[in-house]
Amino acid sequence: MTSSAITAEGLRKRYGDVQAVDGVSFEVEAGEFYGILGPNGAGKTTTLEIVEGLREPDEGTARLLGELSWPRNTALLRRIGVQLQASAFFEKLTAREQIRTFASFYDVSDERADAMLESVGLTDKADVQDDKLSGGQAQRLSIACALVHDPELVFLDEPTTGLDPQARRNLWDLLRRINSEGRTVVLTTHYMDEAETLCDRVAVMDNGKILRVGPPRELISDLGVDSLEDVFLELTGREYRE
Amino acid sequence: MRTLRSLSKVMYLGMVRDKSAVFFMLLFPLMFLLLFGALFQSEGGTRVTVAQVGDVEVLDQLGDDQLGALDETLRIERAGDRDRALEDVRQGDVDAAIWEVDGEIELYVSASDPARSGTVNGIVNGLVQEANVAATGQEPTYRITAGQVEDESLKAIQFFTPGLLGWAVAMGASFMSALTLVAWRKKRLLRRLWLAPIGPGQVIGARVGVSLGLSMVQLAVFLGVAIIPFYGLRLTGNWWLSIPLIACGTLAFMAVGLVIGAWAKTEESANGALQITILPMAFLSGSFFPTDGMPGWLQTVSHVLPLKWLNEAMMSVLSRGGGWSDALPAMGVLLLFAAVLTAIAAKLFRWDSA
Ligand SMILES: Nc1ncnc2c1ncn2[C@@H]1O[C@H](COP(=O)(O)OP(=O)(O)OP(=O)(O)O)[C@@H](O)[C@H]1O
Ligand SMILES: [Mg+2]
Repeated sequence: MTSSAITAEGLRKRYGDVQAVDGVSFEVEAGEFYGILGPNGAGKTTTLEIVEGLREPDEGTARLLGELSWPRNTALLRRIGVQLQASAFFEKLTAREQIRTFASFYDVSDERADAMLESVGLTDKADVQDDKLSGGQAQRLSIACALVHDPELVFLDEPTTGLDPQARRNLWDLLRRINSEGRTVVLTTHYMDEAETLCDRVAVMDNGKILRVGPPRELISDLGVDSLEDVFLELTGREYRE
Repeated sequence: MRTLRSLSKVMYLGMVRDKSAVFFMLLFPLMFLLLFGALFQSEGGTRVTVAQVGDVEVLDQLGDDQLGALDETLRIERAGDRDRALEDVRQGDVDAAIWEVDGEIELYVSASDPARSGTVNGIVNGLVQEANVAATGQEPTYRITAGQVEDESLKAIQFFTPGLLGWAVAMGASFMSALTLVAWRKKRLLRRLWLAPIGPGQVIGARVGVSLGLSMVQLAVFLGVAIIPFYGLRLTGNWWLSIPLIACGTLAFMAVGLVIGAWAKTEESANGALQITILPMAFLSGSFFPTDGMPGWLQTVSHVLPLKWLNEAMMSVLSRGGGWSDALPAMGVLLLFAAVLTAIAAKLFRWDSA
């Protein structure tokens, strides 16, 4: 058995005339907290979706916990948890019913589902239907659904986007806790402070390629700048992205 | 097993919490049945009403059991005087006026409805002849024994129940499967479920199970309402064959919904496409009125419609005493439809709206 949780090799994905992912290779160690940074449209979401096994790459392979993620492998899906960038819920169901439904797919008890709801601070919103949750509450529910079955490997696509400062700090604590239990966490974020405090290593992406990988401190000192934000701007430029 | 159960629950809750879905799937067709059943109650029945003035011996001497037997066809009303009775005939409130003057029975019928007038004449004539024979004190030379043949023309409720039920099931099954597919794709739930360790069989199984459940509820409610005496549906021998028939019809119309759901990008376009598919089909298949009056070529065309097969077979087993020989071919055709349309839907299927 290899000790790496994720091995991605030469991933490429094209949408029409957009080369969304253009030869991405990276490795994430078991138990590592890994961040993917990059401007809008850099290809972060597409990369994650390929690695998760949600999309077939045009080229390249991704292995999770030693197994290929494409074609679909339900045994592997049990061991990973995914929060997609856009939340997806069943219509007309309350928060509690949503998470219990997801829990049932993994044979996880209702009690455990309710506890998960508690840990993202949604207990008093348990009986609210999905379309009446605020953006941040929906985001927290989506994260809770991704974590409900205690996955060994967790993918979070911009988990803290839209969260208030309290919810953000609480989520950080939750993610640190599950990471300290030995689980591997991969997230994307546009908050550099978040990447700096949480991630063991970050990869900076642009135009479908990984530009640089390393621990935040190391990247900062390598480039001789003051913060991770400077690293980001140094690597990806200052112009707007389309 | 737990996955199947919770997916079914999710679909069930999604349906019953959608007030407009419950209305259109269940209540709307039922309202049609209640309304049509009440509106067309007298239509087709040949029950005539006679206004009687003063004593008329042939009528007055009838015993309760004879009156009971006549009740299906004849109702006797008392009228105050002859002018009143004739006026009622003129107004169409009653079908005939009758009185007796010294053994001479006078019967006045309306000239506008020869069929009903004939019925009244026939009945009264029969009663008079019977009374005459009885008066002679002799055994009648000739007697009639009446047998019954299931008639091609039916009481309105015998026609509306299977027709409207077919329409209701077609709507319920096709709308539920199309809207589930479109909504789940649009809300990215299909993608999300791809990442959960569940199989397509469980999702499809839950959808089929919930739709079959809905159809059976529709069947039970329709039959339950139609057999109350006010509506007076009479179920014929093999009515239980409607259960497998409705099940096959449900599968066929779920497949119709799948094709439309796989093609449509939004709920609105799925809704529109379903309306223009199901409603004309319901008309052509005789859900709302008999299609005997349709031009021949249209009748031929209507035989490629799954709802036509469902309606005909349902009518046959519910109202005309039909059996396996009527139900089996229809079930076969419906299952064939289901298989072909599902294959087409699988070709059109997309995971996301992009
Ligand atoms: N389903 C799709 N069909 C067509 N093009 C797509 C699709 N998904 C993404 N793209 C394109 O691929 C490129 C990469 O998109 P991606 O979503 O991976 O970016 P991202 O790094 O996650 O951006 P953001 O920070 O805004 O989330 C973009 O140019 C986008 O327009
Ligand atoms: Mg993204």
